[in-house]
Amino acid sequence: MEPVQFVFYAFATVLVLASLAVITARNPVYSVLFLVLAFFTSAAIWLLLEAEFLAITLVLVYVGAVMVLFLFVVMMLDINLDQLREGFAKYLPVGALVGFIILVQMVIVLGPEQFGLDRVADPVKHGPDYSNTKELGNVLYTDYVFPFELASVILLVAIVAAIALTLRRRPENKAMNAADQIKVKRAERIKLIAMAPEKDEPAEG
Amino acid sequence: MAFERPDLIPVLPEIFVVTMACVVLLVDVYQRQSNRMLTYLLSQATLVGGLILTLSLHTSAPEYTFGDTFVKDTMSDVLKGFIYLSAFVVFLYSRRYLQERGQLTGEFFVLGLFAVLGMMVMVSAHSLLLVYLGLELLSLCLYAMVALNRDSKTSAEAAMKYFVLGALASGMLLYGMSLFYGVTGSLDSRAISTAVTMGVGNEIVLKLGLVFIVIGLAFKLGSVPFHMWVPDVYHGSPTNITLFIGTVPKIAAFGMTIRLLVDTAAAMHVDWQQMLIILAMLSIAVGNVVAIAQTNIKRMLAYSTISHMGFLLLGVLSGSADGYSSAMFYTLVYAIMGLGGFGMILLLSRAGFEAENLEDFKGLNERSPWMAFMMLLLMFSMAGVPPTVGFFAKLSVLQAAVRADLIWLAVFAVVFSVVGAFYYLRVVKLMYFDKPVDVQPIVCGMDMRVALSINGTAVLLLGMFPGTLMALCHTAFN
Repeated sequence: MEPVQFVFYAFATVLVLASLAVITARNPVYSVLFLVLAFFTSAAIWLLLEAEFLAITLVLVYVGAVMVLFLFVVMMLDINLDQLREGFAKYLPVGALVGFIILVQMVIVLGPEQFGLDRVADPVKHGPDYSNTKELGNVLYTDYVFPFELASVILLVAIVAAIALTLRRRPENKAMNAADQIKVKRAERIKLIAMAPEKDEPAEG
Repeated sequence: MAFERPDLIPVLPEIFVVTMACVVLLVDVYQRQSNRMLTYLLSQATLVGGLILTLSLHTSAPEYTFGDTFVKDTMSDVLKGFIYLSAFVVFLYSRRYLQERGQLTGEFFVLGLFAVLGMMVMVSAHSLLLVYLGLELLSLCLYAMVALNRDSKTSAEAAMKYFVLGALASGMLLYGMSLFYGVTGSLDSRAISTAVTMGVGNEIVLKLGLVFIVIGLAFKLGSVPFHMWVPDVYHGSPTNITLFIGTVPKIAAFGMTIRLLVDTAAAMHVDWQQMLIILAMLSIAVGNVVAIAQTNIKRMLAYSTISHMGFLLLGVLSGSADGYSSAMFYTLVYAIMGLGGFGMILLLSRAGFEAENLEDFKGLNERSPWMAFMMLLLMFSMAGVPPTVGFFAKLSVLQAAVRADLIWLAVFAVVFSVVGAFYYLRVVKLMYFDKPVDVQPIVCGMDMRVALSINGTAVLLLGMFPGTLMALCHTAFN
């Protein structure tokens, strides 16, 4: 076995095991951590494919930002595990059976006969001066400019939707409004009432 | 570096809509909470402007731009035109309904416009990547729109179900696309189509990819057995959103089906025909039979949609230009009927009252004979009674099926549409022969009254003179 192959199989095994652990771990925090591991190993596999930019982005964006946020959310939420696990054992046999059949079928269809190393040509090997990032940048803003712009619109919609769904003025909110505080006039705060002077009466009892 | 600057003229309508959507988003911020008239008018102006642009840019020869990934042909132009029109009608019907409930927010219009953009991309996509991006843009807007009424528990539940199942369907579609990419090495419709026709790559893998793509499409169309979300989402959403989801995206879903199955995988017609036959049969049967048991009219119309999608697939699966144009005719007619049907529910609803149940239609004739007549026309059309346009729509897809030597399938569809006629006619019976339960006068603005009247009479007029629309659909595929 070539060293590259060995590295690939090592990472692939870790990837599959980590993905399995994501859905089977009892504690959701562990699930998130296994997901981090899965992302990390797939980044390593991308590195083997000479896709350095994508691999680094995956680590930076997903592992660094998204998953950390995810972890916070999972830790903040009060998830009732028993409720989530309800029916897990009941549906496990059927689910496992269906999953197994799908796996076998896919191996038959997508196995080495179709996608074996002899069927698919090796990817072109590039020299050390070849810049992955530059190549991506070249096509991203030229050939793929339309999909790129569309993706940005999708992100904009995500922002609009998230704000529309979560921002609300609560009546019990006691936040200060600085503009209102500055604008306020003396007359609005103090009311002088003309009253007849009261006589000092001795307190009763 | 060789890079040819893409021709931006064919995408002008898209650019216009996205710009205006951003303008509406900004203008809305400066509006008073209670009054959204400017937002509303701007959104409607956007749709009208888009329509004018699309019409004036129309050429009979297809135009390709962005390196062949975007196509503007007669089909895309006609479908876009109907998308603008239906969205226009949806906004018009929704305004009073939202205002009465204090939910008239700018987000509804902004998300609606972005959804329109997503649909425009879907019908013009000539690459799997664009199909997917357009679909995601549309779906994301729809998920949010279903949940916009935050205080309603049923809406939240509907949005959750829609989101989870929609994400699953997108995953299926993506997996199918990735298999196509794996075999042919391209995301471009034309390149894939050539590769498939030449027999490059492995046939079994392509077929597996096709299975996943068809499943994804069936989810989005809402055909049996991938229909579970339809009744719940239609029922749980605010009625104006149901109106939106039930009509406009179906036009885009038809466009997407044609782009994926016909433009990309035409050579695999034998394979997808079998899958679509199963989907169409199940949809027509389940949709029509289960609708009988519904007492909630939104659920009833949801099952009716499912059966209509079966008829639509009937046209597509016949695999001829005639079949595609009849399916397109069916889709457009369905959009018109759906707008009217859900519009009626909006008409009968008022502040604090949702006319969701069949009972609420009792004795409509005594309350408003004209509106009852409109509903009668719409129901007759959905059932497929001549001389309404629903009859011609059904007739043309059945003809296409017969021409493709699928006579048994046509007979099956006719039998179940007779079964379906029962629940449409039940609404008519309730309106004309029962005493009204709800005697409050129907309040609605002049704009809505006029629009609903046009909508209802259109069903009759198009039924008497179907030639123009039919010819339009024919030119799209010839």
